[in-house]
Amino acid sequence: MLRVIVRRLLQLVVTLIALSALIFIWLRNLPGGPVDALLGERATPETRALLTKALGYDQPIMVQYAKFMQRVLTGDFGNSIRTGDAVTEVMGRAFPATIELALAAMIIAIGLGVPLGYLAARFRGRLLDNLSIAGTLLGISIPIFFLGYLLKDVFTQNIHWFPPSGRISTGVDNTNITGFFLLDSLLTREFDVTADALWHLILPAFTLATIPLAVIVRMTRASVLDVLNEDYVRTAEAKGLRHKTIRGRHVLRNALLPVVTTIGLQTGALLSGAVLTEKVYNWGGLGTLITDSISGGRDYPVLQALILLAALVFVVVNLLVDLSYAVIDPRVRVR
Amino acid sequence: MSLLDVRDLSVVFQRRGEQSFTAVDKVSFSVEPGQTVGLVGESGCGKSVTSLAIMGLLPRRGNKVTGGVLFDGTDLLQLRPNDMRDRRGRDIGMIFQDPLSSLNPVVPIGVQVAEVLERHRGMDRKAALKEARELLDAVGIPDPNRRLKEYPHQISGGMRQRALIAIALACKPRLLIADEPTTALDVTIQAQILTLLKQLVDETGTALIMITHDLGVVAGLCDTVNVLYGGKVVERAARHELFARPRHPYTHGLLNSVPRLDSPRGEPLHAIRGSVADNIPWAEGCAFAPRCNNVVDACLEGTPPLESTATGGDLRCNNPVSEEVAVP
Repeated sequence: MLRVIVRRLLQLVVTLIALSALIFIWLRNLPGGPVDALLGERATPETRALLTKALGYDQPIMVQYAKFMQRVLTGDFGNSIRTGDAVTEVMGRAFPATIELALAAMIIAIGLGVPLGYLAARFRGRLLDNLSIAGTLLGISIPIFFLGYLLKDVFTQNIHWFPPSGRISTGVDNTNITGFFLLDSLLTREFDVTADALWHLILPAFTLATIPLAVIVRMTRASVLDVLNEDYVRTAEAKGLRHKTIRGRHVLRNALLPVVTTIGLQTGALLSGAVLTEKVYNWGGLGTLITDSISGGRDYPVLQALILLAALVFVVVNLLVDLSYAVIDPRVRVR
Repeated sequence: MSLLDVRDLSVVFQRRGEQSFTAVDKVSFSVEPGQTVGLVGESGCGKSVTSLAIMGLLPRRGNKVTGGVLFDGTDLLQLRPNDMRDRRGRDIGMIFQDPLSSLNPVVPIGVQVAEVLERHRGMDRKAALKEARELLDAVGIPDPNRRLKEYPHQISGGMRQRALIAIALACKPRLLIADEPTTALDVTIQAQILTLLKQLVDETGTALIMITHDLGVVAGLCDTVNVLYGGKVVERAARHELFARPRHPYTHGLLNSVPRLDSPRGEPLHAIRGSVADNIPWAEGCAFAPRCNNVVDACLEGTPPLESTATGGDLRCNNPVSEEVAVP
């Protein structure tokens, strides 16, 4: 097991290096750039040349990349061109916000999706099943930004159940330890802050959860239907086992194997969904940062780090999924 | 009183918008304590559906089960689902055809044996695993301690079937139903499994319903044999009687079609012409009529009743094979 983990981690390093080169070259070939953004349209060619040289963008791209990698290895991702803040610091603020949002969305998606999918399969062809099929189709089809504004409109303007934007109410004094508001407030026992952060979290998390939720419901339903027809479920029935045992040990344990894989793949959807969700709810996370960094003059250092981080999260989550697979399915267990 | 008394058991599959299909048609037979009874017939004759109906394992929707299944005087068909659940695995055990797909791939063998004991004998996991070890040993699985922790894909086909037998016999049921237990196995393993079954049944006094299409299995194991065709019992006889003097043309054909080592080289194998599907749609007449060599006009008009024979069996035929015609 340990050897597999080490091997996968080494693969991860190679993936990230290749990816970083790709991102680096791709970003610098996008039209527009920091120089244009900083100087405006009417700058003279002389000033442009001066700034380009000052930022180091006049050097061959491979040289630029080599210098970038050299600094990255010492943990220095440079400074944001837009604000001048260190990239690591900017990311440190935004990362916990997005992770908190994504985790909450995933908890909703799994917590609701698996039971719903199971029930839909058990009551196949009945009302609940038909509702779940229609609902998941809607969930997959509806664009996040549309659903986001719709929910926001209904729940914050028409009925004031939730706050319209932000992670926390203004005036609430929260202690910052990790940047995860829920975790921090729990650690410092400021439970009013926990409640406030949770209150802000619900609507965005639900918006972000819709697609993974729909996919998980469908996957679980299909998978449970498959397993219910398996001979070993009939054997379990022939043993006279209780419903509870059959459901847990014989049906769900087998049915959830493909669902676990789906959950890993949904991380990608979650990350891209976060960009839109954060925009709608003005959630100061990676999504907001990435849109601001692109529209605000191609903030190369921030964008590079951001995309790399997103890739890292995706690869690590899928590594964890693969490893958990080996734990729950003895047939893929590695020696 | 018989241990199991199946009376006029019928199973009709119904689908909305489709013609209903009678898979089992008024089947009656009984099993005495400790006796081994065979249900024989080719694919689609209703033998598996009969066993699932006895166990109460048919899907809840899409079928209608009528008649009676009296186990020790209690009609299993009238029991509430949870009462039947209490009996399955405790009073009646069942072994299935494909030992790999019949075992849960992600649960260790030990737990799959132990959970029956936990359920019906109220044992805790530790005691149940200890007992499971004994059971695996009793069904001839070598190194049972190791096997307890192994998964189905790690052991051989023969061992898997032994494990399933251990599961079915864990609570010492009074009746065991074996649905083609050797079909998915190698011939050499088949013999071992049959020997094991015979030995266990003899030791524990468990009655056995042996469902098979393999006449060799019947010859080695069964006391009485019920031959099924088209969802009906067409002939019932004691084993020796059936093999010596098959009366129904179908039984005769089945026995005749067994290849013999001592037949002359080049002699073609005897087959029953046509296939089971020939009796669909369900005409008035005998289901076997389209394939029968002895067919007479009466066969096309109505199904003959099951009548007792002089030798103590039952027969459903207008024009049976003469008693003098022995199988070569």
